[in-house]
Amino acid sequence: MMPEPSILLVLALVLPVAGLLLALVAGGRHAGRIALLLTPVGLAVAAAIAVGVVRADEALVYHLGGWAPPLGVALRADGLSAILLLTTAAIIGATGWFARAEFRPAPGQVEGRASLAFWTLLLALWGALNLVFLGNDLFTLFVALELLTFSAVPLVCLDGRAGTIEAALRYLLFALFGSVLYLLGVVLLYGAYGTLDIGLLSDLIQREPIALAAAALMTVGLLAKTALFPLHLWLPPAHAGAPAAASAVLSALVVKASLFLIVRLWFDVMPELMNPTAAQVLGALGAAAILFGGVLALRQARLKMLIAYSTVAQIGYLFLVFPLITRPESVPLAAADLGAELVAISVSTSAWSGGVLQAVSHAFAKAAMFLAAGLIAQRLGHDRIADLGGIGRALPITVLAFGLAGMSLMGLPPSGGFAAKWLLLMATIETGQWWWSLVILGGGLLTGGYLFRVLAPVLAGASEPVTLHAPVARYRELVVLALALCSVLLGFVRLGAFDLVQIGRLTTAGMGLP
Amino acid sequence: MIDGTTLFGLCAAALIGFGLFGLIVHPQPLRKILAFNLLGGGVFLLFGVIARRGAGAGLSSDPVPQALVITGLVVAFAATALAVALLLRLAQATGRITLDAAASDAAPTQTQDADS
Repeated sequence: MMPEPSILLVLALVLPVAGLLLALVAGGRHAGRIALLLTPVGLAVAAAIAVGVVRADEALVYHLGGWAPPLGVALRADGLSAILLLTTAAIIGATGWFARAEFRPAPGQVEGRASLAFWTLLLALWGALNLVFLGNDLFTLFVALELLTFSAVPLVCLDGRAGTIEAALRYLLFALFGSVLYLLGVVLLYGAYGTLDIGLLSDLIQREPIALAAAALMTVGLLAKTALFPLHLWLPPAHAGAPAAASAVLSALVVKASLFLIVRLWFDVMPELMNPTAAQVLGALGAAAILFGGVLALRQARLKMLIAYSTVAQIGYLFLVFPLITRPESVPLAAADLGAELVAISVSTSAWSGGVLQAVSHAFAKAAMFLAAGLIAQRLGHDRIADLGGIGRALPITVLAFGLAGMSLMGLPPSGGFAAKWLLLMATIETGQWWWSLVILGGGLLTGGYLFRVLAPVLAGASEPVTLHAPVARYRELVVLALALCSVLLGFVRLGAFDLVQIGRLTTAGMGLP
Repeated sequence: MIDGTTLFGLCAAALIGFGLFGLIVHPQPLRKILAFNLLGGGVFLLFGVIARRGAGAGLSSDPVPQALVITGLVVAFAATALAVALLLRLAQATGRITLDAAASDAAPTQTQDADS
């Protein structure tokens, strides 16, 4: 007998896809209306899933057509999925409201190409993200990743300018490289174990060359999609060139989807393969991303490019979770020498919740920042950082939202970013890996530096009168402020979320959680 | 004596190697797209080999990988179509079919000037 709330998992997938088909058929002004009507429903479904997970105190599972794996395909929502579903629904909804003014057919026009494309792609993106968070089968996840790529790439070049088409093409080529490596790993795993269901695989998988090769291929493929340094080259032009609403969802959500799959792969599918050396390598790449992204962000002349490089840096923090979460009982280097022997791994819970909190608070903060940059660019007609003087007077709410979001990125208390970085710092001390704390603190300084570069001219006032362009509707400013406030307020809810992220983790028992 | 399954397995490995090499080494997008297809072909052939090796219960091959290959083919076809369409638009807009790293970093910023 299946638990009743599991039907919600199907609903979370059906809603965006049905909306997408309806929007495509109805077209015109209806496309936007359908999307905006669906977002509150989707948010309610995501909230219901989260409540269901907390009530059941275990993951919700739905077997498609009543066929259990290995014959059938399962959907599964654990605590982490539930949190990410909620985040996704909230950010898609807010972005939709923000974009309402931007993407509607011009007055007197029945159909706008950009508007129809934007709304259908936004719904497709939402559906694909939900499938990534709910899929419990490596091939389903491959399809979800591809759907995500196909809806994200056209969003980059919605305006059809040569520069954005080029950015979209580069993004697509990186993404295809990533997905084909992922698929190759899937083939090898199927060949070795005859199943792709995550639950079954985690029981069967052993530390042997074919599983290690598959893990390496899939990880590298997913890293290319997550834009971890040094595979980040596609991200800044793509995220900076897209329209503000599209940049917000791309930076806040899309890069997190492939990261989520890396987490699934390492902690759910193959916890036995977790190797301290590999975890240190991932952490080192994350550290390089933090420093490199931060320094490059300092050097940008354009606001949107600066925010895009800040995404490169913030992704780095998420990869620090890998070395921090796996503390071998012995010293890391000695454990690596033992080679194939299973290392008793104890999980640092503060690293795990710190990572989740960083992912969610960055999602809200970055969405707020990109939308704020969009409003500033609309009001000023440009986004040159040097000439931002006086915008603080013209758009006070937007600038406040930008500052609040920046506070969260920097990790100032009491924001969500502070709580996340604090938990990560605690984990560095708990696990005795002090060198990562230097990176976390240095990254915070760099973040402070590049945000100061933006906020100093914004708050200083203009030396000469600023010429203002199109006015900005008040509700769009409030949407941005709401997103920024979410990212700050997350700092207060960390204790509640702490339990939720642990629910339904396959590895909880095996890894001896404290 | 080398049997059919091994031979096809080796072919798949070779295709994957060529495809990966082409995807990483060639700077032109069109060649990258072709290399991606070569690589995809290798992966799908590997699926076929695994279907043959994993056959049980008196079947000549395991049907699951074949079903996966069909889905994979559709995805690869759609990806190729999208990439070629983007490349065509790029050629129409700029008259070139290369991705110039220096130009593209500047591109979004230059065009935002044009908006203002």
